[in-house]
Amino acid sequence: MKFLDEYRDSDLAHKLAAEIHRVTTKPWTIMEVCGGQTHAIVKFGIDELLPKHITLIHGPGCPVCVTPLEVIDQALEIAARQEVIFTSFGDMLRVPGSTTDLLAVKAKGGDVRIVYSPLDALKLAVDNPSREVVFFGVGFETTAPATAMAVYQAAQKGLKNFSLLISHVLVPPAIEALMSSPNCRVQGFLAAGHVCAVMGYEEYFPLAAKFHVPIVVTGFEPLDILQGVLMTVQQLESGRAEVENQYARAVSRAGNQPAQDLIKKVFTVVPRKWRGIGEIPQSGLGLSDAYAAFDAARRFKLTDHRVEEPAECIAGMILQGLKKPHECSAFGTRCSPEHPFGATMVSSEGACAAYYRYRRFDAKETAGVK
Amino acid sequence: MKTSDFSASCPIPISQYPHVLMAHGGGGKLMHRLLEDVFGKAFSNPILDTRHDSAQFFVPPGKLAMTTDSYVVRPLFFPGGDIGSMAVHGTANDLAMSGARPLYLTSAFIIEEGLPMATLWRVVCSMRDAAKECGVQIITGDTKVVDKGKGDGLFINTAGIGVMEHSLTIAPQNVQLGDSILVSGDLGRHGMAIMAVREGLQFESTIESDSAPVHEAVLALIHAGIEIHCLRDLTRGGLASALNEIAEAGGVKIAIVEKLIPLCEEVHSACEMLGLDPLHVANEGRFIAFVAAKNSGRALEILRRHEVSANAAVIGEVVEKSAPLVTIKSAIGASRILDMPSGEQLPRIC
Repeated sequence: MKFLDEYRDSDLAHKLAAEIHRVTTKPWTIMEVCGGQTHAIVKFGIDELLPKHITLIHGPGCPVCVTPLEVIDQALEIAARQEVIFTSFGDMLRVPGSTTDLLAVKAKGGDVRIVYSPLDALKLAVDNPSREVVFFGVGFETTAPATAMAVYQAAQKGLKNFSLLISHVLVPPAIEALMSSPNCRVQGFLAAGHVCAVMGYEEYFPLAAKFHVPIVVTGFEPLDILQGVLMTVQQLESGRAEVENQYARAVSRAGNQPAQDLIKKVFTVVPRKWRGIGEIPQSGLGLSDAYAAFDAARRFKLTDHRVEEPAECIAGMILQGLKKPHECSAFGTRCSPEHPFGATMVSSEGACAAYYRYRRFDAKETAGVK
Repeated sequence: MKTSDFSASCPIPISQYPHVLMAHGGGGKLMHRLLEDVFGKAFSNPILDTRHDSAQFFVPPGKLAMTTDSYVVRPLFFPGGDIGSMAVHGTANDLAMSGARPLYLTSAFIIEEGLPMATLWRVVCSMRDAAKECGVQIITGDTKVVDKGKGDGLFINTAGIGVMEHSLTIAPQNVQLGDSILVSGDLGRHGMAIMAVREGLQFESTIESDSAPVHEAVLALIHAGIEIHCLRDLTRGGLASALNEIAEAGGVKIAIVEKLIPLCEEVHSACEMLGLDPLHVANEGRFIAFVAAKNSGRALEILRRHEVSANAAVIGEVVEKSAPLVTIKSAIGASRILDMPSGEQLPRIC
């Protein structure tokens, strides 16, 4: 496939890997921020090509995984209402809340529908004036502009039967929180390419300087990731801590200005709880006052209740890079994609699910399970 | 009856009954008329035409194979096929996976009240044509009508009987160490065709379902003396599920190579865009064959001679008799597990 196979070339991948081996003299720990990168690393076996003393840590960049339990519970409550058509991206449907998930709500008669864009949800609202259409707005800066556009257009059209349950999150505050943790082992970051395609990468300069950590904006194909790792290792080996852009074919320094303008217009930055990690200040997007009428939590008068995560689940430590999925006692036995304890086992971008799907055999052996 | 006797229009005058009514399943005159004018007319053959409660027939000597399957696809019509052709192809293909030649089918219709009569006729005509293409006869059937809202337009169940004209043992338990694994064509067309229509996704070119009968290709392998150890059609769950099921039932480790798996550009692009794995996507006219390694070249040659399997490829082999496992060598040469999909395929967020 054009524009894809070029970035999956086996010979070039091995050349890049050889170069990484050549420049690496010390052990380094690098975090790939985005779940899409984790998925590619495990699916293609990219880490198998790396020197043994380079450790990749799978970061918190899976939007499905970090959506807090409370918000999932709110989604379930709204979706079960008779007057509601509840719309969501596909992989949110399997995420377990405290007691159930959206697929189960659907099976019990809830009108839950998969959409590919928030604008499809908007169209449903226009086409079904007697129903309340709710869109579950989750994701990082990558999906935020489309959500913002749906809100903006709904306001323009004066739609009264459309609202959103918003749980958008932001990458830079999460990096700041991770680096500020005393347990942090991360020495370099592969920043999420598509987040930066929207936001640019200006906001990473202060982080690189403050924590003296290299940040390389990286794409999602095997050659992208290998090159991102190479650039990060080269910085680490030479003692540099700069922001570099591996993914120049999609990312510019300033990013997508109209998308950023729309985000600013519709959203306001709010504190946000991340599933498994806890509350991170200024790390989420919520509807600004001008658009508060579209807030589903407000429209359906939902109470903000706190929910405890299952005690056995170590998703939080995994999302912070403190543990690997196979180091969990429930991994692959009591916890699997069919019966997930935590969200990292649900989404195909979640680190646990990626390990389960592609890695069970050697992971188990490493963990001494087998 | 000449083919020209079948007009494109429905034999039950639209002006009289434009839609199926509860009475069409009620056992009275309306039902009689539906059975005679729609099913009887389209499927006519000497066994069916006796109009008995059960079909009576002789079978050729040899072991028989029997199977049943229900078809609940939405929408009823999709690029490359419809529920009627699928109900024939699917059951014929299940028989072919025993190396059997399909002979007879049954067909049971569960119709939702209000289904346009013209739609039913279109489906029935498609079944008739598919049965002719497969060389099978539909020899008995059943019709039920359910209340509006209690069905999804139309459900079809077909059962099939076929005869095995060979003495091979074709079963997962017979898979041998060193067997070559062949896939009969490019993957994922049916699932992506359905998803595109169902979800209103528009791609530059239309993806057509691969729904087709595969038994002629299978019988050609058997007649050429290919030592076939196992066959499996790649329907729901796709290649990944089929390989895992066989690995489990046969107690073997299977290794395949991603680069060798045929995929058409359209399916590949659509899957990349939606975050789906084409190896998990359903097919309706594809199968895998485990054959003795010494036969793999000739088997490939034979398959490629048939239109339905013109893009056949050798994709891997059975590498160990051991704990069940399927591994795949990725595009960049590393190895990973190929697991069964967890449930329904859900498109990713980004």
